[in-house]
Amino acid sequence: MKELSLFLGCLIPNRYPGIEKATKLVLDKLEVKWSELKEASCCPAPGVFRSFDKITWLTLASRNLVLAEEKNTDLLTICNGCFSSLLDANNILKNDASLRNEVNAHLEKINKEYLGTIEVRHIIEFLYRDIGSEKLGNFIEKPLPLRVAVHYGCHLLKPTKDRKLGGAECPMFFDELVEAAGATSVPYEGKTSCCGAGGGVRSAMLETSLKMTEYKLERMKKAGVDCIVNACPFCHLQYDSGQVELAKTGKIYNLPVVHYSQFLGLALGYTPEDVGLHLNAIVSAEFEEKIALIQKKN
Amino acid sequence: MKSSEILTCFQCGTCTGSCPSGRYTSLNVRWIIKDSIRKDISGDLELWMCTTCYNCQERCPRGIKITDEILRLRSVAVKKGKVLPAHRAVCRYLIETGHAIPIDDLHISTREQIGLAAPETVQKYKKALNDVKTLLKSTGFDELIKE
Repeated sequence: MKELSLFLGCLIPNRYPGIEKATKLVLDKLEVKWSELKEASCCPAPGVFRSFDKITWLTLASRNLVLAEEKNTDLLTICNGCFSSLLDANNILKNDASLRNEVNAHLEKINKEYLGTIEVRHIIEFLYRDIGSEKLGNFIEKPLPLRVAVHYGCHLLKPTKDRKLGGAECPMFFDELVEAAGATSVPYEGKTSCCGAGGGVRSAMLETSLKMTEYKLERMKKAGVDCIVNACPFCHLQYDSGQVELAKTGKIYNLPVVHYSQFLGLALGYTPEDVGLHLNAIVSAEFEEKIALIQKKN
Repeated sequence: MKSSEILTCFQCGTCTGSCPSGRYTSLNVRWIIKDSIRKDISGDLELWMCTTCYNCQERCPRGIKITDEILRLRSVAVKKGKVLPAHRAVCRYLIETGHAIPIDDLHISTREQIGLAAPETVQKYKKALNDVKTLLKSTGFDELIKE
């Protein structure tokens, strides 16, 4: 396996830097060999840009892939949108010579060439496959006996033929990672349903997107969970900011939203502040006290 | 040109029954597929109500790549100038900054609070940003999203 270049995307560095920090802390603690992917742009996001123009989407994605190729590293994403765009673009460009030539004609203008020599990874898939939930369990210093609503997010799983992570109806790998950190993944209705943010729906039709979020939050709340654990900053934003937006219409959920990098960080002994939980829109004193108590006890 | 795959749709409605957006909106994926064969639907707002969750595509008993088809139908709409204002704004951010969601002063200071310097992305490197701009010009994206 090649070393990893960390691809930040847009939302994580520019809106939820706590997830960036937590990811870096976690990778170091797990002794993963990684470095920053400097000069990377937007993946570009699958919802709007892939919809608008396939060649533009492929060309910009290929530039990011080439940055990793030049370092001879695989590319590690921490966002389902980045994973979707870059993995799909990489597959398309590796297999379609005519599109590859078309994209390379654009890349030539900036003296770059796409070769197709690296793989695109997602942190959840990487931790599951390359470290494994059992070995990960050995690193855990502060097991978190919390009830968790796991949210995979659509583009981590689908299209299943390209993701190659098994079926999308009842996936288990992310739950295993959450449970490796000492938590219980609580079943809830609509678990694999969409958060509502994707496809450009959040940006253009906020109310519509929030109806889907509400569907999810209702069912998570009913299942009696302590927090939501996700694998994607866009789902994270939708649940976190979405709760603030829904509160304006009198719907209060008060469910803390935690990216798995942050969750794992807590289980590895970092404080809520270390992993940037306080930077969320929904900050629950009750949840943070619970974490503090757990970490003190262990 | 109509894709021959789309013509194998037998209108079972599994797509519509699986659609998280269609539960709340006028998006009816089965109709989109049916109508796209016979007429121009590039002005239908429903095209933009899809979150691209891929449920329909995964569950289609004919194996039709429905979500991919919705993406294609969207790109046809965009070429006809049917662009929602919010999406145009996101495209402008991409052209200007290389990011769909650029950094702002608030989040520069948030990063500092937790000990992170400016992100090592295209925003920090002028030449890299110029490369992105060159590519977006080369593919005609800047022209595509002009009003």
